[in-house]
Amino acid sequence: MSGHLHEDMKSRVIDISGASPHKCMKCGKCSASCPSFDEMDIKPHQFVSYVNNGDIEALMASKSLGKCLSCFACVERCPRDVKPGKIVDAARQMLIRQQGQAMLTPEDVPELLDPEVPQQLLMSAFRRYSR
Amino acid sequence: MQRVGVFVCHCGSNIAATVDVKKVVEMVSLEPGVVHAEDYQYMCSEAGQARIDAAIKEKGLTGIVVCSCSPRMHEATFRKAAERAGLNPYMVEIANIREHCSWIHKDMEEATKKAVVLARAAIAKVNLNAPLQPGESLVTKRALVIGGGIAGIQTAIDIADAGYEVDIVEKTPSIGGRMSQLDKTFPTLDCSACILTPKMVEAAAHEKITIYTYSEVDKVTGFVGDFTVDIRKKARSIDMNKCTGCGVCQEKCPSKKTPSEFNRGLNTRSAIYTPFAQAIPNVPVIDRDACIKFKTGKCGICEKVCQAGAIDYEQKDEIVTQKYGAIVVATGFDVIKVDQYEEYAYSQSKDVITSLELERIMNAAGPTKGHLERLSDGKHPKEMVFIQCVGSRCSDDKGKSYCSKICCMYTAKHAMLIRDKYPDVNVTVFYIDVRTPGKNFDEFYRRAVEDYGVNYIKGQVGKVAPQPDGSLLVQGVDLIDNKQILKKADMVVLAAAIEPEKDVRRIATMLTASIDTNNFLTESHAKLRPVESPTAGVFLSGVCQGPKDIPETVAQAGAAAVKAIGLLAKDKLLTNPCTAKADELMCNGCSTCANVCPYGAITYETKEINDHGIRETRRVASVNNALCQGCGACTVACPSGAMDLQGFSNRQILAEVDAICR
Repeated sequence: MSGHLHEDMKSRVIDISGASPHKCMKCGKCSASCPSFDEMDIKPHQFVSYVNNGDIEALMASKSLGKCLSCFACVERCPRDVKPGKIVDAARQMLIRQQGQAMLTPEDVPELLDPEVPQQLLMSAFRRYSR
Repeated sequence: MQRVGVFVCHCGSNIAATVDVKKVVEMVSLEPGVVHAEDYQYMCSEAGQARIDAAIKEKGLTGIVVCSCSPRMHEATFRKAAERAGLNPYMVEIANIREHCSWIHKDMEEATKKAVVLARAAIAKVNLNAPLQPGESLVTKRALVIGGGIAGIQTAIDIADAGYEVDIVEKTPSIGGRMSQLDKTFPTLDCSACILTPKMVEAAAHEKITIYTYSEVDKVTGFVGDFTVDIRKKARSIDMNKCTGCGVCQEKCPSKKTPSEFNRGLNTRSAIYTPFAQAIPNVPVIDRDACIKFKTGKCGICEKVCQAGAIDYEQKDEIVTQKYGAIVVATGFDVIKVDQYEEYAYSQSKDVITSLELERIMNAAGPTKGHLERLSDGKHPKEMVFIQCVGSRCSDDKGKSYCSKICCMYTAKHAMLIRDKYPDVNVTVFYIDVRTPGKNFDEFYRRAVEDYGVNYIKGQVGKVAPQPDGSLLVQGVDLIDNKQILKKADMVVLAAAIEPEKDVRRIATMLTASIDTNNFLTESHAKLRPVESPTAGVFLSGVCQGPKDIPETVAQAGAAAVKAIGLLAKDKLLTNPCTAKADELMCNGCSTCANVCPYGAITYETKEINDHGIRETRRVASVNNALCQGCGACTVACPSGAMDLQGFSNRQILAEVDAICR
């Protein structure tokens, strides 16, 4: 894979997650807080290094994506506002998009129209869950 | 028209790499009034100054413009050079083509254009400059030290030893500060009280030092060399001349439920109290919020048992007004509140404590008489966990962005002392980095690991969970082994970040001393003037300026004292001649300027004015040049345009604007 694509995937993870991997001071409080630590192959504090190194493919292939409970204890307790849990979330989304598993198609949307549901929510769900 | 010389500095490559200095010289030569222009590698150097000297003499210059760095850096240098060459120093203008130009631009063509414009503005201004003569003000040979901790005590002793009167104002009932709360000190492990109390006694016994405890600074007016300060001596409710310090009142006082500030709330004190046994002065105060007599009118036991008749319930706050030449701020620090970090369970368990609380527990005069025990059940702990960087190095909104600097060392100290005294206790330290720059510091930390068997784990703790059996489950990470760690502990000690004492913002405001976003006082120059505030006559001592340990604090306290002594040793100071001046013919006596003046420098006088042959009596503004700091607020506020600032007149500033817009 070319370096350009690496950088592209890295910036997509950062864009989607809103995380700030460069702010990490490697204290490990995320891994210290994680309830699924033992089951993960890539540990929460390592997520950040993987992004910094642009190694997003390895992160997407990691079984940690399935083990993370999205409890966001790591996000909540991070003293540097790095948001490791959001990186996992972003990697999951990229994986889903890559696999073409669009969860919403344009045809689904009219069915979901409901006066109670704000249009903006539908739009953001459509953007998020379609390829 | 002046005969102006322009000197363009390369500042090595700082300016010359971005600004075409030759082009600037060429362009400014065309400006009206300019009879000489040259460039040189380092204008501030001796050779550079010699060029200015020669040009002034050879070309008969009446004004000079130096295109160089910020006037904050070298205005004084160039003014002195001009003065040596026989020019009035206020005929010098600086065009800042470094900070305002070369450092912030990348494109050479654009930066050169801007440098020329900045030079033009300075030339336009210097064409309207007039020679100014500084006045003189007297120096009051007395210093005020705000804060009576080790920083304030050391500064006061050093100033007093040089022969000047010093007053220490301390807000608590005793001097001693944070250091008096410490048990042992790193890296030598000598007992804190053993080295501090002699200093306290020395300060108290010094004939040149007056100590105001239980007192606060209420008001500061004046300026360098001539400050006037109101000190509020809070009502102690004790006659200090009569009290013998016997302590019977404290024993008999029935109100004993107030958390002891000195012991960090780990035990309680009486309503009438001295903070600790070695307090100076050894005179108690009555805490009126806790005293039964003050709350209900009944009781009065202390008065009955006092043999000396020193109790005085009627005492009132007293204001002492004193003049000072110099003021040293030594207000110190406190630790942050750690209960905001819920994951560490500080408010859930008595056995999660801060390091400062551990100091009190380890101290023989502390709440447990120096025995290491759990505050929940009094049991001796077997497993202790220390957590580093609690609230330090944070970019969230709870903590502090800075490293508190002292925690690595005091934690190594605590770990070592515990392992030494109680070999049965296992000590684990969770750290992010161990920072030990300092003489014998890393050796000290390595001793904790190698000789005392303290278990250092690189990784932070995520959670401390109190267990039903009274223990604490610590969930942390070992980043070297890449393992999560679950550890049962009996006590957890948090190395809480330190922050400036809360009062410091109020004090800085009174002193018009600048302060940063973390409430640390700002030094005048981070490297070259580290103990001086940018406000003349105000000096900084100790942690109020930034985190530091005891040796650094004492060194800085001495440095601040030397700077204060240097000021007090002068009989007179030259005052800034760039002060406001009212044009009596234009002044309509409206008082607007007096109302906006922050220094109280403007008064009004009624006098006879000769207005183009018409003599009449008018009320006009008059500026006290000794008080005026040249801030210019009055010149903006004046509705009739009568107020002007000498050296920065409206005409000069508009000429600069015209030159820029030309």
